[in-house]
Amino acid sequence: MSRHRIKDVGYDDDDFYDDDDELADPEEQEFLQQCTTAVLQQLRAGQPSVTATKEEVQDALWHYYNDIDKSVNYLRGKREKEAAKLQKSKIQPVPAYPAPPSTAHFSAADFFRDCPWLNVPSHRKSEILIEPLYPRLGLLGGAPENGGKLSKLAALAAARKKKEGEKAPSMSETSTPSTPKLEQPTSLDHSGTSRSLRDRLAASGRSTPKAPEGPGSLRRLATPSSSSHPIPKRPEAETKKPSVSELSGSMQRVVLEAKEEPEPQQTIPTIRASPSTFASTIVGAATGPTAAEPSHLHSTSSDLLRIYGQDHAEPFDFAAPSPDDVVLNAQNTAKGMKSKSAASKSAVVKKGQSDLADGVKELSVEDKVTVKSKNLDVISEYKKSTRKRSANFVVIGHVDAGKSTLMGRLLADQGAIDQRTLDRYRREAEKIGKGSFALAWVLDQGSEERARGVTIDIATNQFETDKTAFTIVDAPGHRDFVPNMIAGASQADFAVLVIDSSVGSFESGLKGQTKEHALLVRSMGVQKIVVAVNKMDTVQWDRERFEEIEQQISAFLTTAGFQDSNISFVPCSGVLGDNISRRTNDPHASWYTGRTLIEELETSEPYTHALEKPLRMTIGDVFRGGVQSPLSISGRIDAGSLQMGDHILIMPSGETATVRSLEVDSQPSDWAVAGQNVVLNIANIDPIHLRSGDVVCRPSSPIPTITSFTAKVLAFEHLMPMQVDVHRGRLHVPGRISKLAASLDKASGAAIKKRPKIVGPGVVVRVVVEMDQAVPLEAPTRIVLRAGGSTVAAGLLE
Amino acid sequence: MRCIKNKIEHNGSGAVTLCPEEPEDMWHAYNLIRPDDILRASAIRRVTTVQDTGSTSSARVHLNLVIRVKNLDFDPQSSQLHVSGQIINETPHTKIGQFHTLDLELNRNFTLEKEIGAGGEGVGWDSIAIESLKDAVDEGGKRRAEAVAVVMQEGLAHICFIGQFQTILKQKIEMSVPRKRQGGGDHDKGMNKFFKVTLETLIRQMEFNTSLTSGANNEAVRPVLLASPGFVASGFQKYIQSEASTTTPGLKRLLPSLVVVHSASGYTNSLSEVLQSPAVKRLLADTKYARETKLMDDFLEQLRKETNKATYGPREVEYAVEQGAVGRGGGVLIVSNRLFRSQDVAERKRWVALVDRVRDVEGGEVRILSSDHESGKRLEGLGGIAALLTFPVIEPDLDSDAE
Repeated sequence: MSRHRIKDVGYDDDDFYDDDDELADPEEQEFLQQCTTAVLQQLRAGQPSVTATKEEVQDALWHYYNDIDKSVNYLRGKREKEAAKLQKSKIQPVPAYPAPPSTAHFSAADFFRDCPWLNVPSHRKSEILIEPLYPRLGLLGGAPENGGKLSKLAALAAARKKKEGEKAPSMSETSTPSTPKLEQPTSLDHSGTSRSLRDRLAASGRSTPKAPEGPGSLRRLATPSSSSHPIPKRPEAETKKPSVSELSGSMQRVVLEAKEEPEPQQTIPTIRASPSTFASTIVGAATGPTAAEPSHLHSTSSDLLRIYGQDHAEPFDFAAPSPDDVVLNAQNTAKGMKSKSAASKSAVVKKGQSDLADGVKELSVEDKVTVKSKNLDVISEYKKSTRKRSANFVVIGHVDAGKSTLMGRLLADQGAIDQRTLDRYRREAEKIGKGSFALAWVLDQGSEERARGVTIDIATNQFETDKTAFTIVDAPGHRDFVPNMIAGASQADFAVLVIDSSVGSFESGLKGQTKEHALLVRSMGVQKIVVAVNKMDTVQWDRERFEEIEQQISAFLTTAGFQDSNISFVPCSGVLGDNISRRTNDPHASWYTGRTLIEELETSEPYTHALEKPLRMTIGDVFRGGVQSPLSISGRIDAGSLQMGDHILIMPSGETATVRSLEVDSQPSDWAVAGQNVVLNIANIDPIHLRSGDVVCRPSSPIPTITSFTAKVLAFEHLMPMQVDVHRGRLHVPGRISKLAASLDKASGAAIKKRPKIVGPGVVVRVVVEMDQAVPLEAPTRIVLRAGGSTVAAGLLE
Repeated sequence: MRCIKNKIEHNGSGAVTLCPEEPEDMWHAYNLIRPDDILRASAIRRVTTVQDTGSTSSARVHLNLVIRVKNLDFDPQSSQLHVSGQIINETPHTKIGQFHTLDLELNRNFTLEKEIGAGGEGVGWDSIAIESLKDAVDEGGKRRAEAVAVVMQEGLAHICFIGQFQTILKQKIEMSVPRKRQGGGDHDKGMNKFFKVTLETLIRQMEFNTSLTSGANNEAVRPVLLASPGFVASGFQKYIQSEASTTTPGLKRLLPSLVVVHSASGYTNSLSEVLQSPAVKRLLADTKYARETKLMDDFLEQLRKETNKATYGPREVEYAVEQGAVGRGGGVLIVSNRLFRSQDVAERKRWVALVDRVRDVEGGEVRILSSDHESGKRLEGLGGIAALLTFPVIEPDLDSDAE
């Protein structure tokens, strides 16, 4: 838009509210009539003589609270301006009327540029009011409904737009450097005063309009009489109320001093409602400098609209970072020295405006790592992506059932581990006399695990078949490491239960962790279970043995709550690799014609995850990823999505961090969604705030931390008020059952007995659990309660 | 604690003069002293005097103050007891009615007087108070049996001092140990660091002298219980052994007293399992807490059997006592001493009466458990009071709105 035309747009927009507030009182009208004639007389009598319409005079009177002198003064000044404007308009013809209705980018400044002060045709006035600005402003909505994510994107988009806008005015500013400030000094005062939101809206990130403010404020000091009126002359209904009330407030005093008839003044304030909160938010507090001096209103050639014009069209989202932040971010992310120097320049200017907060931010010595976000719409990216179906499964079973060996075999057969490494493991294992553990070493990487031949912690590994990308979570079987197994099970879509078929082992396993693990995975929400009857070679592929195991286990699993259709059995041998990915060629096993283990795994259906929900990820591990990423966390995203550059909040510490980069299934990626196993390389946080079991979420939707919760649990053992350990994934905290609220009916959930003293195994009971420390938990979450090394209950947080 | 003077009348009023000798005595004093008792102890008070000219001078003076107790503040970690109340004796420096907080100190006598008011508003030296006084004044002097327990799991360790009457959590160590990863050696490194920090903390807390040259070499070392699920504790033991044989030979003195036991987790609530383990039982046979732990286990076992021969909760137990179920032939009333610490006189009287009734009228056994022990904490969860009954009692459906 051309600058010198806008500057002539009326500074006062007061005429816009003439339409609805007529002075109905006959007394007032009479008085007004008197004043009008007086003004007209003075205008005519004055030098040079000026003419004005009655309406104009009455308007002016209204604004000056029937102060005749001031009205005369004002009208005189206006006529002079109009004369000047007329000459100009000869050179630049007024654009065709009516102005095109607001298109994509409605700018009030554009709309009014051809309208000199008070000469807005009356039929157009009404039109302005019809055109609603609110949606464009985007002020009413607050945060968009679908969480902070979109709003953030919107805010970043706005930041970009602003940056572009920043360049354009600065260029035009340099071309016509000082015309506006020289001609309209008073207008500058307005933007230089109290930094209300409105001002920040106008000034944010735009160094150019601010540049003249230094002198402006100086001038204000010199001429206190022109103390600014905080009301921007916005050509819209929303600004009307505050301006009127303030005007009426301040003017009233002036008028009363002038001993005018009080009646009209009294009615005016009652007609006007006080500014709404909304309006005062937009325009700034009504308590700002109110001592408006009428004198400054003389300058009719204000170009406030030029200053504010752009902002009318800028949507501003309050849920998003403040404009200052947005701009700072944008500046930081913009590359190159040029923008940096611009940023520092603007920072200097800002300091000049005593914007200390910004100054401090700018000066911050902290070595912040900033990561440029690609602002991807992760969910649509995810839908576009053509990844293979992925499935996580946990391998469970009694200790020494051969879980790790079976999985090592699976990985070796699928080529996820090369032969050379395998040979090395075999050599090393034989060296310490544990040759049969060589395959397990693929997953048992810990030195202690290898030395003892026992899996201690969960291990994750990936392999792919033609159809599906699998993630194995190998869980420890030893009862002491059930907490680790719970962590593993919480990452799983389905489970593989490994059973040692050799005589004696199966029986002891059934009493031991076979049972506990199966109950645990079921209570953690796992529906499908594949039972691998392992070590079949030790019983010579005895069909009867297999069927006996199948019968017992399926009976048990059914009572545990698995559906028959979701249970399948595969006889196999992990050490030999029979029926894992290839069919056995042992003649004893010819009776088995069903699927091999890998085929059984592939029957799993794809699992859906809560992509749209707020981000939740339980930290599984905190470690040093390498030189490039000094701090990394791993885990599985439970809900929501994540991308590079995101700010995340760690609960319960409440510290924020930035995602530098991320890996999905050990492959670098720009984004990740729920259900994926990720490694986040993060920055801007002290590792002391990170523990495994903490929850990663977004600052906009943090997970609550609680010290007490009610849960509906299924008792595995006797429950009474007692000390328990609360497990949820990696989270492991001590707590106590403080109350057995009621035992419940399994089917209906109705209370059977209130406050039972003790409940036995198999009873569903509502318990109140208290913890010493605040823990990030939210309903509905599956929790496991353990005591004395055994699982006593599992259930759902309410 | 030594009893210097005992002047308790038959009606229950009277005074005793005691001399605390070890930190645990403060805990006994905490149980003995109740609001409204009269306590005389030496104190250091800062006295500010204003001269006529307006200048002030302050001096610290040693005084023997007598206060009427208003409040008790016990810090178990440092075993310090602060008793605040109003001064009731006149001294040159203080006025009657001024407030003072007495800090009881080791090896300084204090006199505790309990009185029964004319209307019986005070509790005086009731049976519970006499009993705790007996506990406190241990004539045999054989009470030094205490142990240090390190309950740990990966990245987490709790160092506890197990005393006769209380278990004090001295220090919690929490570290983030990286999990095992593909091809990463961070886990072992992290564990080593964790062991290092734990050992340093343990030595500091035990005030264990690691120098070989000092004359304290033949000082007895308390048993150190290393408890953990899995192999963490044995790993820690190995670490201490390797440290003893390489860098700090002074640690060799510690090695014989190390006992590795199993626990379900690294949190203090698995201490009861630690104390129940055969290795520890042999080591600390017949200590009070071992008996307490056994008692609680018996009770819970009975409760699990659902024979209705065990009950818990204040109202339930009172009902059972009324029915005469806590009597001769196996009736055991288990009470946490927290109940007697109640600020409310009526509340304390209620429990003392119940205990007296069971012991004297019904002929049952009464066991008062320290709320600062693991077993006491388990009892706390059950409402602080429980009972093993001689015959099954089925309560009428007590309204649940009681608590």
